[in-house]
Amino acid sequence: MKVHVHVSLKPGVLDPQGRAIHHALEGLGFTGVNDVRAGRLIELDVADDTGDDDLDAMCRKLLANMVIENYRIEKLPEAVDAA
Amino acid sequence: MAFQSAVITFPGSNCDRDMAVALESVSGTAPHRVWHGESELPERLDFIALPGGFSYGDYLRSGAMAARSPVMKSVVAAAARGVPVLGVCNGFQVLTESGLLPGALMRNASQNFICRTVPLRVENSTSLFTSRYEQGEEIHIPVAHHDGNFFADEDTLDRIEGEGRVAFRYLEPCNGSRRDIAGILNQAGNVLGMMPHPERAVEDAHGGTGGRRLFESVVTRLVDA
Repeated sequence: MKVHVHVSLKPGVLDPQGRAIHHALEGLGFTGVNDVRAGRLIELDVADDTGDDDLDAMCRKLLANMVIENYRIEKLPEAVDAA
Repeated sequence: MAFQSAVITFPGSNCDRDMAVALESVSGTAPHRVWHGESELPERLDFIALPGGFSYGDYLRSGAMAARSPVMKSVVAAAARGVPVLGVCNGFQVLTESGLLPGALMRNASQNFICRTVPLRVENSTSLFTSRYEQGEEIHIPVAHHDGNFFADEDTLDRIEGEGRVAFRYLEPCNGSRRDIAGILNQAGNVLGMMPHPERAVEDAHGGTGGRRLFESVVTRLVDA
């Protein structure tokens, strides 16, 4: 099973990286960008019987730092065999 | 009895030797050098140091991988028994990631790596790490970090301030840290994490000796005890 874990900074936590990206976008001439927040995508390939509790524990124990980050678990649909 | 200390080395630690030299210089006894994969620490320890560097290449988050390495289970257990633990720079990041200290160390607000000597105020001179300093004293110690921006929520900040757990504060804005916090203690007072490098300010040849008394505080406490 393919799982995507999206890790992002909690609202209210200053994101220097997002701010720098924002400035760079403006420097490239893109107007109308109101805000930029940078996060992290972690792709997991786990056993099909991996439980939600285990996925949750992986996020809390390692993948996200709960002091500053939130996470969202997204289970991807099975890829359709092209053959 | 000789001062028994340990310096933990993770893959990517680069201030472990400086830490060991500082400890030997002040205590007269060379520390044990412990590799991250060890699951047990030497038996009787008076002091454990987590040095600066870029453990595991700062993968995932600074300190995140090191905090989950085998030796850290023993460090957490030793801290619970009251063994003094000092984490400097990356060591501070490891301490927050391992839950021994509250908060987190984020990318510097400026996005720049900051490498210079900074003025600090000693906010708590009663801890076992700071007893040789005067309360409110200004000292100068180098910082060298990219992720030193201390963050905790307001409730946590109020709590650690109220409990006298801010050990050092930057006297001028440095990296965006909340309330200019440079170093904090755990509730029991035997774990200190700080971004500035006291081991780089121990001898006159370093350009300053602002960090020496931190090590003297730890060593003399044990000799006097």
